Amino acid sequence: MTISRKDIEKVAVLARIRVDDEQVSALEKDLGNILDLVDQLGAADTDSVEPMAHPLDAVQRLRADEVTESDQRERFQAIAPATENGLYLVPRVIE
Amino acid sequence: MHNKSVAELSRDLESGQVSSVELTQQFLERIRQEDSKYNSFITVTENQALADAKAADEQRAAGHATPWTGVPFAHKDIFCTNGVLTTCGSRMLENFVPPYDATVTANFRKAGAVCLGKTNMDEFAMGSSTESSFFGATTNPWGLGQGSKRVPGGSSGGSAAAVAARLVPAATATDTGGSIRQPAALCGITGLKPTYGRVSRYGMIAFASSLDQGGTMARTAEDNALMLNVMAGFDPKDSTSIDREVPDYTAALNEPLKGLKIGLPKEYFSDQLSPAMEQQVRDAVKEYEKLGATVKEVSLPNAKLAIAAYYVIAPAEASANLSRFDGVRYGYRCEDPKDLMDLYTRTRAEGFGNEVKRRILVGTYALSAGYFDAYYLKAQKVRRLIQQDFINAFKDVDVLMSPTTPSPAFNQGEKTNDPVTMYLEDVFTIAINLAGIPAMSIPAGFVDGLPVGVQIIGDYFSEARLLNAAHKFQQVTDWHQREPQ
Repeated sequence: MTISRKDIEKVAVLARIRVDDEQVSALEKDLGNILDLVDQLGAADTDSVEPMAHPLDAVQRLRADEVTESDQRERFQAIAPATENGLYLVPRVIE
Repeated sequence: MHNKSVAELSRDLESGQVSSVELTQQFLERIRQEDSKYNSFITVTENQALADAKAADEQRAAGHATPWTGVPFAHKDIFCTNGVLTTCGSRMLENFVPPYDATVTANFRKAGAVCLGKTNMDEFAMGSSTESSFFGATTNPWGLGQGSKRVPGGSSGGSAAAVAARLVPAATATDTGGSIRQPAALCGITGLKPTYGRVSRYGMIAFASSLDQGGTMARTAEDNALMLNVMAGFDPKDSTSIDREVPDYTAALNEPLKGLKIGLPKEYFSDQLSPAMEQQVRDAVKEYEKLGATVKEVSLPNAKLAIAAYYVIAPAEASANLSRFDGVRYGYRCEDPKDLMDLYTRTRAEGFGNEVKRRILVGTYALSAGYFDAYYLKAQKVRRLIQQDFINAFKDVDVLMSPTTPSPAFNQGEKTNDPVTMYLEDVFTIAINLAGIPAMSIPAGFVDGLPVGVQIIGDYFSEARLLNAAHKFQQVTDWHQREPQ
């Protein structure tokens, strides 16, 4: 299984990781090798096998709809890159 | 003092032979003098440790001691520690000081243990050599005596090296595909990956959520049991935590092994194993026969597909988990982003290292429109086949034994240019994570002067039995006591 430059550029956008032109060739080779490894899966007969999401087939637990956490906005925002008036700051989105 | 086990230190504290403050000072001094050779710590929390040690001595004087009160140890830098830098080995979290404790961290705090610092690791636990850390590689204490710089394994290589070098008697670790057992084997110590769901993942920075499991590292099986006593248990804050009674893991350590049925998976004794490695494992199995165990060959026909399934499932889950690092709420943010997309893409390009980026990209690809069925769903089906192999094997035998790794510690730099070669390092450990069962690595000899490990694999929730098997072996061998020179 090979992966094309175009695929890598598309996946990089989906993953929100900037990939420079000179990095694409190395990624083509590395990701291609990983996908070659993964292609062994094709050899397995998995007809009528249920996919396994949890080793013990546990299902999601529900909890009571009660408030358990207190408001700690100031503590949490103290480690943010940029905040103002209790809000997280990002570059302008709407002109 | 630094050669003593957790159990021995605990007894010395109880008898008043030494205080926690004295112990803590001695271990901190060892870290100061020795760790420049290994780089096993990212952060040493000297002041906090001395304050905690003083409090522990007061607790003990007041008669409120647990076996851990005042005993020094370290946390892998993947467990969130309230008020203490937690980096996960990444530039992305170079400045991240969590405002809360992981459940594992809180449990050790409650038990009165004294944390000396946070240990080095592969970035976001993705690696088998602790070379991908943003804070520099960790060096294996073994090998330095022969003038070679070897990897300690990974991703929990900092914890393994620190325990092997006697900088701490015990350290926490995590295992997604072998990250406890492989470094334990390469550093000549004892490590345990529990059953999936046995130890809370709350506050343990996520890599692949259906595989990640916190566990233990120390020199003896007994100390691993003491650690698991503190770590195991149901946690409502972890949605995949299992609500099931926790035994005292030290209680069954001395049970006789007569009649223990050991299975040797023939797929794990194949051509990829050197004769010298195989000999060490066969010798260990002979010791078990002397202790009364019986041995038979078993088969795990789908084990050969484990690495392929893992390198779909783990990157897919990682790509989702690591989407939270966006430069907005905490952690690294790029300089002068020109718009929101630039903020995200540059923060992530600069904040993550190459291996992490590779895995996010592979995972994103495997989950993208048109590929989901062929990759993720297919891998999850193969995962069930792998699990079924183990379920079938445990109808016949009590435990499985195999080498932990195909070879002893390799040289730094030897495998960094070829990700796939590095992935094969976990060929004997990875299927266990896919099945979600527990497994240990125990020291079982040396090849070319470097330690090798035997892996003991058990059925779901059989941690006490694994620890029992490991402990009895350690009563008749001294591999786990050997000290790197």
